[in-house]
Amino acid sequence: MRDVAVLSFAQTPYKRREASRSEVEMVMAVVTEAIADSGIPKGAIGFTCSGSSDYIAGQAFAFVGAVDALGAWPPISESHVEMDGAWALYEAWVKIQCGAADSALVFAFGRSSMGRLPETLTMQLDPYTLAPLGIDAVSLAALQARSLLDRGGVTERDWAEIAVRSRRDAMANPFAQLRGESEVDKLLAEPYLVSPLRKHDCPPISDGAAAVVIAADDVARRAGPRPVWIRGIDHRIEPHQPGVRDLTRSPSTSLAGRKAGAVPERLELAELHAPFTHQEWILREALGLGEGLRINPSGGALAANPMMVAGLARIGEAAQRIRESGSGLALAHATQGHCLQQNLVCVLEAE
Amino acid sequence: MAQRCAVTGVGQTRHDNKRIDVSQFGLVREAAIRALEDAELTWSDIDALVIGKAPDLFEGVMMPELFLAEALGGTGKPMLRVHTAGSVGGATAIVAASLVEAGVHERVLTVSYEKQSESNAMWALSIRVPFQQAVVAGAGGFFAPLIRSYMRRSGAPEDTGIRVALKDRRNALKNPYAHLRFPDITFEQIADSPMLWDPIRYLETCPSSDGACAMVLASESVAKRARRTPAWVHATAMRSEPTQFAGRDQVNPQAGKDCAKDLYAKAGISDPRREIDCAEIYVPFSWFEPMWLENLGFADDREGWRMTYEGVTALDGDLPVNMSGGVLSSNPIGASGMLRFAEAANQVRGLAGEHQIQGAQRALGHAYGGGSQYFSMWIVGSEPR
Repeated sequence: MRDVAVLSFAQTPYKRREASRSEVEMVMAVVTEAIADSGIPKGAIGFTCSGSSDYIAGQAFAFVGAVDALGAWPPISESHVEMDGAWALYEAWVKIQCGAADSALVFAFGRSSMGRLPETLTMQLDPYTLAPLGIDAVSLAALQARSLLDRGGVTERDWAEIAVRSRRDAMANPFAQLRGESEVDKLLAEPYLVSPLRKHDCPPISDGAAAVVIAADDVARRAGPRPVWIRGIDHRIEPHQPGVRDLTRSPSTSLAGRKAGAVPERLELAELHAPFTHQEWILREALGLGEGLRINPSGGALAANPMMVAGLARIGEAAQRIRESGSGLALAHATQGHCLQQNLVCVLEAE
Repeated sequence: MAQRCAVTGVGQTRHDNKRIDVSQFGLVREAAIRALEDAELTWSDIDALVIGKAPDLFEGVMMPELFLAEALGGTGKPMLRVHTAGSVGGATAIVAASLVEAGVHERVLTVSYEKQSESNAMWALSIRVPFQQAVVAGAGGFFAPLIRSYMRRSGAPEDTGIRVALKDRRNALKNPYAHLRFPDITFEQIADSPMLWDPIRYLETCPSSDGACAMVLASESVAKRARRTPAWVHATAMRSEPTQFAGRDQVNPQAGKDCAKDLYAKAGISDPRREIDCAEIYVPFSWFEPMWLENLGFADDREGWRMTYEGVTALDGDLPVNMSGGVLSSNPIGASGMLRFAEAANQVRGLAGEHQIQGAQRALGHAYGGGSQYFSMWIVGSEPR
């Protein structure tokens, strides 16, 4: 395998509604910044891959327009996944492993404000047996949360503490949408949104975009920024029907973590894509992350959850933080589908 | 650096206007099971899944691969979902091949499909997006002016498109999976069919199909153990160009030219017309055959129609094109590109049935999408390169 590194990361500030910029304009801003910071000239980037969803954009072929943000002339070698941008990064990593490119631009965009997100996500369910029930993503997450409470070992107070920590950490993150001091007892006094989840257990709805530049071997070493090496990356999927899964566990995350070579004791920090507080708890257990480990210094998905972007942003945030701190290993995680159906784990190391 | 990769299994469904006999699960499994049987593998042999389809609005399900993965044996495996407009079937195969070429996996199952009858493609293509020009006309209305422009540039005889349609519709009669089959099709029937989007006639256009295609991509060691002949992937290439750019030539796009050039260089081909034995090209409207023959470098600019006219692209011609009957005969959009790639593979495997080109050793699979901004292509051969 070739050594591949994250060189740069750019993201928009996340907002409930990005009213002044289109998807193309959001993408243009982050792509321009990520390329400039990578030290690799735009024309020398060998491959481009993006992640987005037509249903989030509310139109067919939403990603076709995004190519206009790249200045793709002469034409470029480019691909797109209808997935979170973390999987676009995986495809780009594979391309580099083939030797088809030495560097790649990866980006993702999501503008949930174009529609009504809970209803949109209902259309992500099995159209024959699940979607007709009209169940939305929050209700499915609540089922998962209830199963977890029934299993025992965790309380609603534990989840409120996760929310308090995330919003506090987000105060240091200029891109976060939801930030500030809050108190566990006050949060627990709030009514349920969908029992047993309260509003603080759920992510905000966010618009935003992010971009990452990765490169291999000497191209990465010579580019300028200190490379943050991808030591392992893997992703796995579980069945879709909630009834055939143990919703309180995430075996796909455990497997992806093992395949990516994650060693919990050696990690400096982890950026987990847990849109709901109780999902952070499930992910920590699945990955064997101990109590002392720094989780989501960015504030995580509870501080901003741009659909299709939040997973890629976890990789970018983790890479950025260990680059700044100088050395060490970090774990980044991405998820998509309801109740953590599909999960990706990426292990990063700064030298 | 890249490991060798080969196609060891190919499967497709019967394509039809409405496959109401199957769900989306049933449709993708029909193709996947045939590909696994061809490769003599079972679900548990597969390391990873790569699923492709065109816009989710075509079925009305957001990211349907999430509910389909389990039916394709995906539980506990990596699953990727590719979407690059009409070229997606080709792009999906290329992503699957790259997983093998990178040495990440040994056996990858790739499946692409469209079940257009569960939604409405015309509606999906006609959504008004703020600050963008509405297409409304669907694909035919979009591409008709490009064809008119090609006719004007090339001075091609008016009946060139009819000849392409006649050839492809006759070829489809040799393909048991083809959606449209007109047993006694004649030149006159096509010429007299209603004008849909001038200059595109009804019988010069592709159908809306429900259908799926699947392939097994395997490493060299797996392919060498396969009992049936594999098709070796010699080269793959993709190119995209912007939509809003005044310098574009939509009739003969730079992205297509660059993609072909890159592809031939990787495959070690200097004279594609001589060195490629047959080609499956994405031709949703008959006139796109001569247009793409030029774009792909098989003919000089403005001269592609001569190949069609002189019968070069017929089954018994010097460079047979769309032996399967092509997109004109079956168009499950998301799978249409993969069907081209799969036909190229079966030709060099010698398993193309009645539409087999004898002795085909090197074949081209081609797909394009969007408003001709997206291209994906591969070259496969009967021997490893």
